[in-house]
Amino acid sequence: MIHAVAPGSAPQDSDVLVRVDDVRKYFPIRTGLLRREVGRVHAVDGVSLEIRKGETLGIVGETGCGKSTLARCIARLYDLTAGTVVFDGRDISRLSRRRMRPLRKGIQMIFQDPIGSLNPRRRVGSIIGDPFAIHGISRGEDRKHQVQELMRVVGLNPEHYNRFPAEFSGGQRQRIGVARALALRPKLIIADEPVSALDVSIQAQILNLLTDLQDEFGLTYIFIAHDLSVVRHVSDRIAVMYLGKIVEVASVSELYARPRHPYTNALLSAVPVPDPDQADQRERIILVGDVPSPINPPSGCRFHPRCPKAQNLCTEVDPPLEVKKDDRAEHVAACHFPVEVGEKLSRARAGIAQPERQAAVEVSHEAVEGAIGPKEKT
Amino acid sequence: MSVSSIDPAQSALSAPEPSTFGEEGEAAKEIQGRSPWQLAWARLRQDKVAIGSAVVILLITLVAIGAPLIAHLVGHGPGDTYPFIGEDSYGLPIGPNRTFLLGADDLGRDVLVRVVYGARVSLIAGVVASALAVLAGGIVGMLAGYFGTAVDTALSRFMDVILSFPLLLFAIALVSLVGPSLTVSIAVIAFFSWAVVGRIVRGQTLSLREKEFVEAARSLGASDLRIIFVDILPNLVAPLIVYATLLIPASIVFEATLSFLGLGVVPPTPTWGNMLSDSLPYYKVAWWFMLFPGGALLITTLAFNLLGDSVRDALDPRYARLFKA
Amino acid sequence: MGAFLVRRVLFGLLVLWIISVVVFVMFFVAPHDPARLLAGRQATASEILAIRHNLGLDRPILEQYGSWVWKLVHGDLGFSYRGSVPVRDLLGSRIPVTASLAFGAAVIWLVIGVGAGVLAAIKPRTIADRLVTFFALFFYSMPTFLLGLFFLFFFFFKLYTAGFHLFPGSGYVNLKDDPLGWADHLILPWFALALVTAAVYSRLTRGTMLDVLGEDYIRTARSKGISEGRVIVRHALRSALTPVVTQFGIDLGALLGGAIVTENVFGLPGLGQLAVQSISDQNLPVIIGIVIVASLFIVVANMCVDLLYAVLDPRVRLT
Ligand SMILES: Nc1ncnc2c1ncn2[C@@H]1O[C@H](COP(=O)(O)OP(=O)(O)O)[C@@H](O)[C@H]1O
Ligand code: SF4
Ligand SMILES: [Mg+2]
Repeated sequence: MIHAVAPGSAPQDSDVLVRVDDVRKYFPIRTGLLRREVGRVHAVDGVSLEIRKGETLGIVGETGCGKSTLARCIARLYDLTAGTVVFDGRDISRLSRRRMRPLRKGIQMIFQDPIGSLNPRRRVGSIIGDPFAIHGISRGEDRKHQVQELMRVVGLNPEHYNRFPAEFSGGQRQRIGVARALALRPKLIIADEPVSALDVSIQAQILNLLTDLQDEFGLTYIFIAHDLSVVRHVSDRIAVMYLGKIVEVASVSELYARPRHPYTNALLSAVPVPDPDQADQRERIILVGDVPSPINPPSGCRFHPRCPKAQNLCTEVDPPLEVKKDDRAEHVAACHFPVEVGEKLSRARAGIAQPERQAAVEVSHEAVEGAIGPKEKT
Repeated sequence: MSVSSIDPAQSALSAPEPSTFGEEGEAAKEIQGRSPWQLAWARLRQDKVAIGSAVVILLITLVAIGAPLIAHLVGHGPGDTYPFIGEDSYGLPIGPNRTFLLGADDLGRDVLVRVVYGARVSLIAGVVASALAVLAGGIVGMLAGYFGTAVDTALSRFMDVILSFPLLLFAIALVSLVGPSLTVSIAVIAFFSWAVVGRIVRGQTLSLREKEFVEAARSLGASDLRIIFVDILPNLVAPLIVYATLLIPASIVFEATLSFLGLGVVPPTPTWGNMLSDSLPYYKVAWWFMLFPGGALLITTLAFNLLGDSVRDALDPRYARLFKA
Repeated sequence: MGAFLVRRVLFGLLVLWIISVVVFVMFFVAPHDPARLLAGRQATASEILAIRHNLGLDRPILEQYGSWVWKLVHGDLGFSYRGSVPVRDLLGSRIPVTASLAFGAAVIWLVIGVGAGVLAAIKPRTIADRLVTFFALFFYSMPTFLLGLFFLFFFFFKLYTAGFHLFPGSGYVNLKDDPLGWADHLILPWFALALVTAAVYSRLTRGTMLDVLGEDYIRTARSKGISEGRVIVRHALRSALTPVVTQFGIDLGALLGGAIVTENVFGLPGLGQLAVQSISDQNLPVIIGIVIVASLFIVVANMCVDLLYAVLDPRVRLT
């Protein structure tokens, strides 16, 4: 494993490739003839992160929690509503599209949809050659050689240079996306759910490819996924996201050994465990209700309507992301009542009324023993 | 970082790295780089209706181009009147005979030659007006769809307004002011057709703009211009071709209607529309005068509609064909 | 619904306003002398001067526009230069003819179009379906005036010479004078105008009906033992009608255009015939009047269709 930073010590500035500070992205909701703004989707709402050179930072969270929006903010595909993004020592958060252009070489993205991310009307060679064309790096035969070399690197047959995306399988298409992202030798690659749309049997191939490329080219990755089982195997550290905010960041081993945020605990309990004996032992945490709308996020801790440990304080004060007692310096969580090691969350009872309790009854009577049922008021 | 830490039990993630290119069972197809265009072309070539209608259109085009030659062979110009051999003793047009293969008209002119010359006007009006409409609609629709927001709102409203104008009446009003001519007809037809194309192109651009490949281009630093031309436009070409082929017959009908009402090409230049208008008082005595220009008009629009339908089918087989059960 | 109604009416007013500006600019501001045009070809210089003064062409443009619109709103469309008849009265005598033609044709095209579409959809890929398809293509490619000419030739002239005096070849009688004669005079024009558009409707209905018939709730309805006729009428047709209504709104302009053409083929003394006559006479007040009245009709009718659509499909109210 490439560990640029000794665990436990605060990272030096020179080790940090990307510093994300209190980034917010709100999408206005407009209606009517006059396009009046009637609300805002708080897609990313105050995210701070550091990504260190050479590491892979995994970002996990349910669909719709703002992972892609955060990724697009870091890649400056979106203008930020607030906050700063410092890339390689340079504040890029307010750069115009034109000023951003040369810097794009350093930050590349791999997209989720292997079909949607490749223009169906263009040949693979010209798709992969795009970066060279856009930045005026090479042309003609030169470019063709470079593209074919890239195709070889990502495990595609260079002779398929003239084919169209539709003639490739899902995994191969994702390799095309990887080749395109790799073309400019970026420092950072943001992979937004790169394997979510692939057959399980192909996922590992792409993950292995990404790992190999990281070793070969000294890449830094932000690796986004909606479940922990995928990120776990490629990440050095994992950030857990919920409704536009980061709720916990820790190294993989820490996160698995000592998950402090109740949401992280719930996510972990949902990771399939192959060993049936172990599966029986493990507690299953069933969350109450659905993810609330990011248009009007809950007050205080956003997780409180679903959190088994929620108390009155949680509805009022937004817990800061900070190092909890007995944790290492790099392990932070945003929770007033962090989960202790050995604590059985499935027995916890929220101290506040949680409106979705009716829905939870239906879920829990089918769920395994130990699921969080609604507390009967006694 | 390495993947060796993968839990062996998670077989899904520990599949061996394949060394071959044709991974994941689904063998790569053997066809070498067949573009969507080539595939569409292949489908089109197997479509008998498409071939048939294309041949008919080709013939009509050849006839239109060769109109002077035909006139020369027959020996009658399109405007030549033959009051003595072209009309009977009552001054009525004479029917098809050896001199006038398709008969003569009210002024004793050769219907065959005039029908042949009429094809020129119909084809020019149909093709040029459709091309203009597709061009204007394509550009406006693409700008509205791509840039969105205020530009979009303004352009969309503009198109809505045009679409709620009573076209033929405005054409009439316009012609009454500037006087009829082929140019005016083409302008009127194009002006009232582009908004339909614009609306459709706008919708498609709007959805293309949200595609990840556009996002990918943006993340590479591509300019708006490059995205429009390299990423969006190629995906609009197919629908634009379909609309062009379906607009041509509609424009031909529009031109013929204007000519029929005396608002199109000015006589004595022959058009199918003004020939039919001239034939109206004579339909009881001179069927040929009505049938041949009418038949030519109908065959032409039929052929274009059939071809347009086939082209649509070939370019995107998911569309339901309009005229194929 | 209220907000939707307000928005829709506002848009209709906007369109009317734009049309008034366009017409005004076209006829009064464009680089030609409106007085000369309005006076007609044989007018003398002094007549032109008088007209110029009457029209207030010496006043500022905006003022001219204001007073013109003011008159329009009060139904004052000026005078036809032919016989100095008020344009309003002239149009008033023609509108019933055009309305009879357009209304009857619309009913026929909806009935035939939807009917043929349903027929094709419930028996897809049969002879009936193929016949409907063939005729749809045929009529779709057929210019309205050409169909009118063919009708005249076959259903009037050929029948007449064969001894069947079924339809008159031209002319019009008032509905209240002679309802049967009215229908008899209009039946050929109605069909000539209707069949061309019915073609599109049959394709549209067939397509949506096929989609709807394949959906789950229809299968459920069938499996519950509801009779096939009921399934088609009650469930499938209802959903299939929504796109038909939208299309109908779009086609109102075409209906009017088609009516103009049809009147000229069948010698019906409606607005269309008047319009074409007025052009050859350069009778601009009449042309302006027809354009304005027709626009008003289309805008209002379009509005009604949209409101009907909003009643049928609640989702559109949101957009
Ligand atoms: N362009 C946009 N306009 C409005 N809302 C958006 C837009 N993009 C994303 N959202 C909303 O922001 C939230 C976060 O979306 P996203 O970042 O795509 O989540 P994720 O990638 O985690 O699934 C969602 O509620 C989504 O509906
Ligand atoms: S702060 Fe309160 S509601 Fe939020 S996660 Fe912690 S315990 Fe649950
Ligand atoms: Mg996403």
